[in-house]
Amino acid sequence: MILNLERFLAHERPYWEELDQALQPFDRDRFYRPSLQASLHLFDLYQRAAADLGRLQEAAQPELSAYLQALVARAYTQIHSGRRQGRFRPLHWLTQTFPLTFRRQWRAFVLACCLMSLGTGFGVTLLRLDADAKRVLMPFPHLMTDPAARVKQEEKDKGKQIAGHQIEFSASLMANNIGVSFTSMAAGMTFGIVTVLIVFSNGLDLGAVAFDYIHAGQSKFLLGWLLPHGVFEIPALLIASQAGFILAGALIGWQSRLTRAERLRAISADVFTLAAGSTVLLVWAGLIESFVSQYHEPVLPYAAKIAFGLVELAALALFLSRSGRAQAGKDRHD
Amino acid sequence: MIEAALTLEVRLPQGVTFSLPLAGPITRCLAFLADVFIVIALLSALDRVLSTIVKLSQDFGTGLIILGYFAVWTLYGMLCEYYWQGQTLGKWLFGLRVIDTAGLELQFHQVAIRNLVRTIDLLPIVGLVGGLAMLSNRRLQRLGDFAGGTVVVRSHRPLPPHFEALVRGRYNSFLSHQVLCARLRQRISTHIAALAVDALLRRDTLEDLPRLALFDDLANYFRGLVEFPPEHTDQLTSEQYVRNVVEVLHRNSG
Repeated sequence: MILNLERFLAHERPYWEELDQALQPFDRDRFYRPSLQASLHLFDLYQRAAADLGRLQEAAQPELSAYLQALVARAYTQIHSGRRQGRFRPLHWLTQTFPLTFRRQWRAFVLACCLMSLGTGFGVTLLRLDADAKRVLMPFPHLMTDPAARVKQEEKDKGKQIAGHQIEFSASLMANNIGVSFTSMAAGMTFGIVTVLIVFSNGLDLGAVAFDYIHAGQSKFLLGWLLPHGVFEIPALLIASQAGFILAGALIGWQSRLTRAERLRAISADVFTLAAGSTVLLVWAGLIESFVSQYHEPVLPYAAKIAFGLVELAALALFLSRSGRAQAGKDRHD
Repeated sequence: MIEAALTLEVRLPQGVTFSLPLAGPITRCLAFLADVFIVIALLSALDRVLSTIVKLSQDFGTGLIILGYFAVWTLYGMLCEYYWQGQTLGKWLFGLRVIDTAGLELQFHQVAIRNLVRTIDLLPIVGLVGGLAMLSNRRLQRLGDFAGGTVVVRSHRPLPPHFEALVRGRYNSFLSHQVLCARLRQRISTHIAALAVDALLRRDTLEDLPRLALFDDLANYFRGLVEFPPEHTDQLTSEQYVRNVVEVLHRNSG
């Protein structure tokens, strides 16, 4: 079809310019919500521009249609994106979205737990079979010393080593642990291979440390030291790895009829929610590790630290298993 | 070659298709490097701002710097892309934009995931994993783009078309021969007509010799379809001949 371009452009251009004007508030503010009347008018202009684009494409005018393509693309984005996101509500997200997502994707969490348990068991076994393996298994240099000697030193020290550096230490822990958890999530894109390695190696470290201290008769110190922050830190890593395994599952797409892009699109919100949720847990863990875990008897009794850790664990378990139930029921009802 | 060849095609419910030009690996790499420099500048600025707090409280100030560094490094890309229509400063400098693969509005989780997965894309050195991933698919997506359901396109917004630019308002001697004009419209194919329009629109981007050769070819082709009286064509350059034909086709048809 050969078009009378002059007449066509003269007649249609005012509508295109009007559409361009109507789209500008969306460019300025991504939360902009037009009135119903403005929305209907926008839709009319979009329909008209799309029809014009069709005519230009039929007339095989790629250069002339470039402007209209860009305009229609902008309008399409705004009109077809469905329900617009409202402002982010942090409390709702934390108390509803996060635990609901965690429970919806529980299989990946179980997988992460199994792998970490496997790593822990492996760490225990290795150290039991070969005490010399401590040199390569211990994650930090200060764990290379004899546990009993360390406990004695720490109790004598009364937290003086950390005094005046708690905030700095806490911030370092947060940045490091959040970085590791993000990597574990992102590593899902290696078909989960690197996520498996991260979870397993963390389990290995945990198993080796635990065995070393229990074997040296320092179980109480170990629990008092690890429980207050560990009950948040370890689940946080497991949740981030859960996100990684969901990503890997979508990438592999076993027994799914959807395309890879569709599978990844379907789970991306859940993956982000879990990764961000693990971040919140790690902020808490960082604070507790610096301000509670590093203080031992006589400053803080082990029994109190262990009790505190158990209360935290119970609260976290309750939160992850119960929070958001009312919302889930309401959603089902709707 | 990659940059010129690939587009993201979106088919509208109305049956019309629009395509957006995908950004190539080199441009994206340069935009990323620009962003790295910008982040370093931001970190340096943060360091200066917080140094006064460090003087007041070493512990608190250092803690803030550590968290500030981490936050800037992690959130810069996410927040820029979410609030600034898929652009960071680096992308803006190079005319790039992140968009949803379906052409829909970017959601925060999409930009967050694509930025977080960059850690893997940058492995093992200089983004080898991401680079190989980009070269292995037609949408030039790195792993982060796959995970987030995004692509990076060139964000150029063309200006509205002006028909006057094609004919430049000169006297068209062909229009006085309506029968010949009608025959020309009847014999010419849509694609050749579009080719002539494209040639005129792009004429300023062509080198002199290729431009002359192109308009000679087109004019000769049109001369073969319909023969206008020599007194109306002898003094015309090939380019003006093509302009006259385009005006005949697009100004008086339909």
